Amino acid sequence: MLSERIKNTINGIRHQFPTEQALLLPLLHEIQNEYGWVSKEHMKDAGDFLNLPVSKVREVASFYTMYRLEPIGKVDVQICTNISCWLNGADKVLACAEKKLGIHNGQTTKDGKFTLTQVECLAACGTAPAVQINQDYFEQVDEKMMEDILEKASRDLDEGKVVGKSTQRDGVWP
Amino acid sequence: MMYNNEHFEPVITPNVTKAGCETIEFYIHNENGFKALEKALKMKPSEVVDEVKKSNLRGRGGAGFPTGMKWSFMPPNPVDANGNPKPKYLVCNADEGEPGTFKDRLIFTKTPHRMIEGMIIGGHAIGSNKGFVYIRGEWFKETRLMQKAIDDAYAKGFLGKNILGSGFDFDLVIYKGAGAYICGEETALLNSLEGKRGEPRLKPPFPAQVGAYGMPSCVNNVETFAAVPYIIDKGWEKYAKMGTERSGGTRMIGVSGHVNKPGVYELPMNLSINEIIEIAGGVKGGKLKAVIPGGASAPMLRAEECDVKTDYDSLAKAGTMAGSGGLIVMNDSVNIVEATYTLLKFYEHESCGQCSQCREGSHWLARMFKRILDGGGTQDDLDYIAKICGNMAGQTICAFADAVTGPALSSVRKFRGEFEELVSKGGLKGLGKEESVSHKLEGAHV
Repeated sequence: MLSERIKNTINGIRHQFPTEQALLLPLLHEIQNEYGWVSKEHMKDAGDFLNLPVSKVREVASFYTMYRLEPIGKVDVQICTNISCWLNGADKVLACAEKKLGIHNGQTTKDGKFTLTQVECLAACGTAPAVQINQDYFEQVDEKMMEDILEKASRDLDEGKVVGKSTQRDGVWP
Repeated sequence: MMYNNEHFEPVITPNVTKAGCETIEFYIHNENGFKALEKALKMKPSEVVDEVKKSNLRGRGGAGFPTGMKWSFMPPNPVDANGNPKPKYLVCNADEGEPGTFKDRLIFTKTPHRMIEGMIIGGHAIGSNKGFVYIRGEWFKETRLMQKAIDDAYAKGFLGKNILGSGFDFDLVIYKGAGAYICGEETALLNSLEGKRGEPRLKPPFPAQVGAYGMPSCVNNVETFAAVPYIIDKGWEKYAKMGTERSGGTRMIGVSGHVNKPGVYELPMNLSINEIIEIAGGVKGGKLKAVIPGGASAPMLRAEECDVKTDYDSLAKAGTMAGSGGLIVMNDSVNIVEATYTLLKFYEHESCGQCSQCREGSHWLARMFKRILDGGGTQDDLDYIAKICGNMAGQTICAFADAVTGPALSSVRKFRGEFEELVSKGGLKGLGKEESVSHKLEGAHV
């Protein structure tokens, strides 16, 4: 079942769009944000909520990179390795994160804290290399900074804090 | 610096380094904000379109299509089959994702109201009462800053009903993408805006006839909208004079890669690439080897070709393109085959998969480049790359396939020696170089 919070958020923006299907991307964003991934059950719920066949929901959810169709860790460490970041040492940052977390691209640490994801251009090429931690950008990242980011995130998780969502306001779209 | 252009002044970025420049108060008090809107609302829509046409403003998203002409394609009074009026939509393309391009993000965070004002003027010009800002999904902070800017504009009466007492209504709504490069293509964006897969549409019908939600729509880039208030405020002549004969105004150039002072620079278009690199602090860590002048999709130029000016026509004549203004600089420590593979695995990931030429072609190209790097390449591969590219460019629904061939073909043509060296010496290992960590991850190619 979709949470009341998600339903309220989507109902709140319904009047802005001419069709129900237009709400599908916002709804999937909300599901992704609340549950950390989009499961088959969520897709069915989304279809019920927007009167769409589940096949329509599935074809959309599987098209976009940001919707994760498998569960991931609490912190998604997304490292850009596209050209400008690559030219400026993204490889070192990636290797550092791999070593620190003991995992490779696409894997999740055993404690369920971190997932390491290699991503494409984040449009922060002037301040390369760029890393996105959940929703937050970090720029001009070097190995030391990468280590610090991961250590702080780990501590914050232990203390029960939300990591990487510094600009989010609960229940407010976007 | 004078830039050899007496007419030049920054159009979009005069104050982006000042504290508080992103607020509506700053924009109104220090930048004559929303005065152009006041002026435009007293003009007839057709006069606004004419003004933009004469300014020679060309789309800043990549294709460089004349903006005024695009606006003039919008039907004046569209009706549906029953004779009822159809709504028209104005869409801002903020799905900035072309590798090397990061100018729109600066506008979003530093001068969002300039873009908002440009959109309201655009809405008046094409007779639309509703605009959508389609923002790439990764921009959480930027999206929220834009929402705040829109809320502030509503509070001051620049958005909503009866704007400035003119009787004109305009609403602005944010829509978030979800991580698909192809949604920067305008018809893919429209599909995405409808909550569908971001697959480009066949044209015709063009968006001006059948766009978002089946209604006539017009899609422009963030920077394009941000230039509009200046044109209306100062007049088309001043804007046109700054540019070249066929392209008015300034350009936001994002310089990245191996330069000492990477960043976004607003510059006149009569500068050469070499001069722009100089402005960005010169080449870092070695000598200049190659430049990609307009975002990843633009064919690369060798160092000795970088005297070329950066307006649309000069770059087109040099066999590349001005694209989205992302200038990527590479020094002589870079292996071009590796650099190009970095781009190709990006394209392989981002191809939407509709057309087989592009879906298979981008995959094959990435695999062939990887094979050459791994030491399994042959001399025939180099000719085969050109052959694959020939079967991709111009053969598909959208220009994505052409974009893939930009770096692939230009790298083989201009740096063939490096490919041959890798082939003859058995790949990177033979050169005593280690494989890049980020290239290892896509191990599925081998």
